[in-house]
Amino acid sequence: MLPDLYKVQHVRRETDDTITFELGLAAGRQPFRFSAGQFNMLYVRGIGEVPISISGDPGSPETLVHTTRAVGAVTRAMRTLKVGDMLGVRGPFGVGWPVEQAVGHDVLVVAGGIGLAPLRPTVYQLLANRDRYGKVVILYGTRTPADILFRKEVEAWRARLDIEVYVTVDRATEGWRGNVGVVTKLIPRAPFDRTRTMAMICGPEIMMRFTALELERRGVETDHIYLSMERNMKCGIGLCGHCQCGATFICKDGPVFRYDAIRGLLSQREI
Amino acid sequence: MHTLEPILAEHPFLKGLRQEHLELLVGCASNVRFEAGAFVFRQGQEANHFYILRDGKVAVELFAPQRGAVAIDTYGEGDVLGWSWLIPPYHWRFDARAIEPTRAISLDARCMRTKCENDHDLGYELMKRFARIIEQRLDATRWQLLDVYGVRS
Repeated sequence: MLPDLYKVQHVRRETDDTITFELGLAAGRQPFRFSAGQFNMLYVRGIGEVPISISGDPGSPETLVHTTRAVGAVTRAMRTLKVGDMLGVRGPFGVGWPVEQAVGHDVLVVAGGIGLAPLRPTVYQLLANRDRYGKVVILYGTRTPADILFRKEVEAWRARLDIEVYVTVDRATEGWRGNVGVVTKLIPRAPFDRTRTMAMICGPEIMMRFTALELERRGVETDHIYLSMERNMKCGIGLCGHCQCGATFICKDGPVFRYDAIRGLLSQREI
Repeated sequence: MHTLEPILAEHPFLKGLRQEHLELLVGCASNVRFEAGAFVFRQGQEANHFYILRDGKVAVELFAPQRGAVAIDTYGEGDVLGWSWLIPPYHWRFDARAIEPTRAISLDARCMRTKCENDHDLGYELMKRFARIIEQRLDATRWQLLDVYGVRS
């Protein structure tokens, strides 16, 4: 499967090591339709290809938006992208968030660090169809105040009267007046009905494990908890086996999984 | 006569406590309020109270030379603040400062210790509840130490 080439239209620096870039469709090309939670394989010519979740609005398929953190050779090269540069794209791949199944439920979105990026399309959809859901609560934990992603958007969400947004940082810096502590500490404050809540969690695996455990402890059914795994994905279509965990291919069967289907993998050292 | 009993009974930390135990606690309880910036307690002072937070926000801080006061945790509505009153030598190990106007119920530590010594059922029930909080905070501290959001080198 060959990548299609897209032109970088806009680059925004989110934090010291994280950027968001928008890719434009070539004239005459069909809109890039995707589900919240799906990912693309992004290819930087001469360097390599990596899986990156789509962080844009599924309701605006004329622009393709990704947010990436510079952690390896390819993502470090992405950090130097300029408007007009070309990028290869394969996708969209994988199974997304259960936005439709969540209709009629309270929705709890729990993001850790860069994990807010794959969840942002879900937030857009929840807000665009706000009357179809019960309470909507967003809990976001990150390292320091300087690491808060999409800061202006998060502030705008916090200002809304129809959703609840709580932010916490692991390490406060001078001038921070908000919450300090791990994201699970926010769960008791979140006003959701445990009997009718769908939870969607994305972040480092340790964060997701503790969050799922805390939700389970508070009575949320394990089949109503979803999380996004993003291990070792390479081909994106379940052929190469890099992301295989037992009979499960993260790239094809996920990256979003129901917690009760994946919980055993979260604590297995050998995988 | 209005007492603090209904407020204590509804607080998440004390929910489900037996009626006779609640009545014992009420005898040690008083309403307190802290303005933003006010210290709730200071490191090294005797731990003469603990606090059932009703609203507002309190930061637990550690003062470090050259770094100033570093907030290491925050607590708000539904939380309980302070367990040094339970463990000898009963001195606070951190500072706690209100960062928003905060209302709380203060429980007198000497009064509580005496009642727990006299009624071991009450003492054991409170100890179980504090052990759960200590466990959660230990888990959280371990998780923070891992710096899970940091870049792996």
